[in-house]
Amino acid sequence: PWSKSHQEISNKGGDNMDVNQRVLLPEGFNPSYLKLYYGKLFPHAEIFKWMSYGNDGKHPACDQSYFGRREFSYTLENDIYIRFQSFNSAAQLESSIKNKCPFKIDIGPVYSVDPAKRHAYAQGSDNVFTPVERELVFDIDMSDYDDVRYCCSGADVCLECWPLMTIAIKVIDTTLRDDFGFNHILWVYSGRRGVHCWVCDGRARRLSNEQRAAITEYFRVYKGNENSHKKVSLTGPALHPFLVRSYTEVLNSFFEEKLLPGQKLLATEERFEKILQLIPDDAVTAELRGKWLENRRSSISREDINVSRWQQLKHSLQSGKTKGHGLRRCVEEIVFSYTYPRLDLEVSKHMNHLLKAPFCVHPKTGRVCVPIDPNKCEEFDPTTVPTLSTLLEELNMGGLSEDIENGTFVLTLFYTIVYLFVDKL
Amino acid sequence: MEIIHPKKTTLSSSELIPTLPLYKSAPPLEVRLDDFELFAIDRLRVLKGISDGLSRGKKPDEMQKLVDELWRANMRHQNASEVTKDIISHFVLRLVYCRTDELRKWFLTMETTLFRYRFKLETLDAQRALMSEFELPYKAASNAERENVKDKLIQVARSIDHSKLTAADTIYFKVSYSALMDVKIIYMKVPFEEVPELVAGRRVFIHKGYAYVAMNQVVSLVVTQFRSHLSKALVLTNRKWTSTIREQEKDRLTPIVEALSTSYLGPDYSQPKEFAEISVTDINKVANSSFPLCMRHLFEKLKEDHHLKHGGRMQLGLFLKGVGLKLEDALAFWKAEFSHKVGAERFDKEYAYGIRHNYGKEGKRTDYTPYSCQKIILSTPGAGDHHGCPYRHFSEENLRAALSKMGVGGRSMEDVMEKVRNRHYQLACTLTFEVVHGTSCDAGINHPNQYFTDSQNILKLKLQVGNALDVAVALLRSDILLAI
Repeated sequence: PWSKSHQEISNKGGDNMDVNQRVLLPEGFNPSYLKLYYGKLFPHAEIFKWMSYGNDGKHPACDQSYFGRREFSYTLENDIYIRFQSFNSAAQLESSIKNKCPFKIDIGPVYSVDPAKRHAYAQGSDNVFTPVERELVFDIDMSDYDDVRYCCSGADVCLECWPLMTIAIKVIDTTLRDDFGFNHILWVYSGRRGVHCWVCDGRARRLSNEQRAAITEYFRVYKGNENSHKKVSLTGPALHPFLVRSYTEVLNSFFEEKLLPGQKLLATEERFEKILQLIPDDAVTAELRGKWLENRRSSISREDINVSRWQQLKHSLQSGKTKGHGLRRCVEEIVFSYTYPRLDLEVSKHMNHLLKAPFCVHPKTGRVCVPIDPNKCEEFDPTTVPTLSTLLEELNMGGLSEDIENGTFVLTLFYTIVYLFVDKL
Repeated sequence: MEIIHPKKTTLSSSELIPTLPLYKSAPPLEVRLDDFELFAIDRLRVLKGISDGLSRGKKPDEMQKLVDELWRANMRHQNASEVTKDIISHFVLRLVYCRTDELRKWFLTMETTLFRYRFKLETLDAQRALMSEFELPYKAASNAERENVKDKLIQVARSIDHSKLTAADTIYFKVSYSALMDVKIIYMKVPFEEVPELVAGRRVFIHKGYAYVAMNQVVSLVVTQFRSHLSKALVLTNRKWTSTIREQEKDRLTPIVEALSTSYLGPDYSQPKEFAEISVTDINKVANSSFPLCMRHLFEKLKEDHHLKHGGRMQLGLFLKGVGLKLEDALAFWKAEFSHKVGAERFDKEYAYGIRHNYGKEGKRTDYTPYSCQKIILSTPGAGDHHGCPYRHFSEENLRAALSKMGVGGRSMEDVMEKVRNRHYQLACTLTFEVVHGTSCDAGINHPNQYFTDSQNILKLKLQVGNALDVAVALLRSDILLAI
């Protein structure tokens, strides 16, 4: 099916634009580009197929009302926000989006009745208008890591701090599959500084708020903020196998190989003090501090100064000389503090939380919210994600055809994912 | 609802009731109208005691003891069997607490906690009998399955934070650990959805969607079932109440039920008194003198960063509403701060709605009530958050710094920190109040708005006293002058 629409797109591009002249579109985002995008590129039919979870078929077990009970919400130009949009078919969804041209589309839960009819049902406290299904979702935002990255802050991301997202994807994806037994998991770039995760298994969609809260608690390791002192506390004679796996398979190697040298975590006094603060033994910290204040440059060895200092720190803590209580797992605690995924718990806990739809365009960056293949997430580069203007440029030039290898047109990825799991749901 | 006849003297039941009732359905018991209220009040004392225990962060061992004591002190009965009182008081309180979402949530948590600890006090045989009443459809993990994951099971058993278990649990775990080596211990293979609390606490090994639940953790399964039944029952009860019972019983049960719900929860500060109106300029003054530490911190951070995350906006915003800040003033206040960071336009687009929502002017128009200490203590502030209870959520260092800014020092500081170490967060706040105001606070702080009101009252009193003293001194001086 997709190859046919593919042809249509190329033809239309040829008909309407002057194919031979490369029209360079100005950077960024504006409503007219968006209109073209929704007109020619946004995967309306695929979103419908996904959200139907097989109920769009013809056989008797299909629930014809299912898609119509899903809430969508729009953020329009001028920041007007409208909730409780619902549609009964792919065509309705498509024409509404093309018509209204929303700057952002959010997807909510499937309710017990069509959201458009909710007022007829919400009488008193007998709330029959209630969410009945909703994907299990996660939202990870780089700004929650501002205290452990020095390359950027706030809304910016770069290749030095992006590994933090890669870590989050790997840890969470593995856990969702191995521990919780979920299979149909979609990861999406949020368009600016984070990633979203959609767990689409039927079992996941039917989880209650309490069960979602339990899953988020299972994931929670980082407890606290700038007001509390120690944010990661790994006590007990042993660590839960999930934490062990995360540490040995992902966290430790990323910390030592990427973040330590990339963020220069031990290079300056200000930075190494933050790490020393996590060690509850003054004797150890004093010794390390002494060493590091003396040797501001590692004299002979060509090894990165951060790496060598980290080895010294590990040696001090693990050599067995010091037998303080809090030191047993200090190294792991430091690694966890600097790498372990920081989830926005509230997003995952409630069925009625609205989350941005894949393939929206981020208004501030112009980047498309493209899916990320978790098996190849280490190769994902947020700085080369297609923007609205680059996509339209290509469209103008009459081809989105063969450029799939380059990943400039990522819908194939989406199709693969959608058809792979939609069939099995 | 069961048949209740007024002024009957005998209580009887021909059914065999187990020692720990599951309250599955209202049995056909008869009860006197007086007992209707009295039994409920006694049970409410137990539930209230549990509520206090939870908000003080008591450990499971302590909660176990507390529940035992509370039950003994309040639920013994002479004329009727204890079981009858148990059942009747539960069903009466269902009527009382079914009527709003907040009441239901509270009741659910307290009754579930009560059930959990009473279940643990039962003998193993009684526990097994109760379990069978729940019809738990789980299979034991086969030998082969257990072998495969043996290492992981041992690891989980060793990883469990033993401070969160009661003594009985710990002994069992020690036994089970060595028994694990023989692979004789029985584990139930249960879909993880059935044991949310074990999952949340990482107290089970989970694999491909199944949790391996050790026999002593089965309490969790049972409690989850109990909670789920009760939750559904409360919704049904509410429906019945609103549709038929309330009207039918308006001369008999309804007044009792409505009185019971307000008597023990205390004022909720949702309707600030008229005289307590406050303007934006006043806020800065009173923040320093009368805000409890949690709100001071939020207020300071708001001034500093010109921003607060959602949790902070809710906690502080509702508090200010309870203090008497009107909607228009609230909008002006938050706008003035946020504009420095996000600009006036963005404030209007993104944040004004939320404030109006808090005042019941948007959406489903619920007029939200300011958070009590219990709620604040139980919250979970994360990265970038400043809400929560400083006595619980701050590190010792930061707490000391914050308290000394309030004027707490020396001996008092150590007393407060002692309370914090013992997890008596509200007592710590009460002590702070006493030090700051130089008076005693017998009632104890359990709501930030209570702290504020009491503080303002004391300050007004001081002002009056101060004025009186000034007048007296002036009079005295003039007398002296006259005398000379």
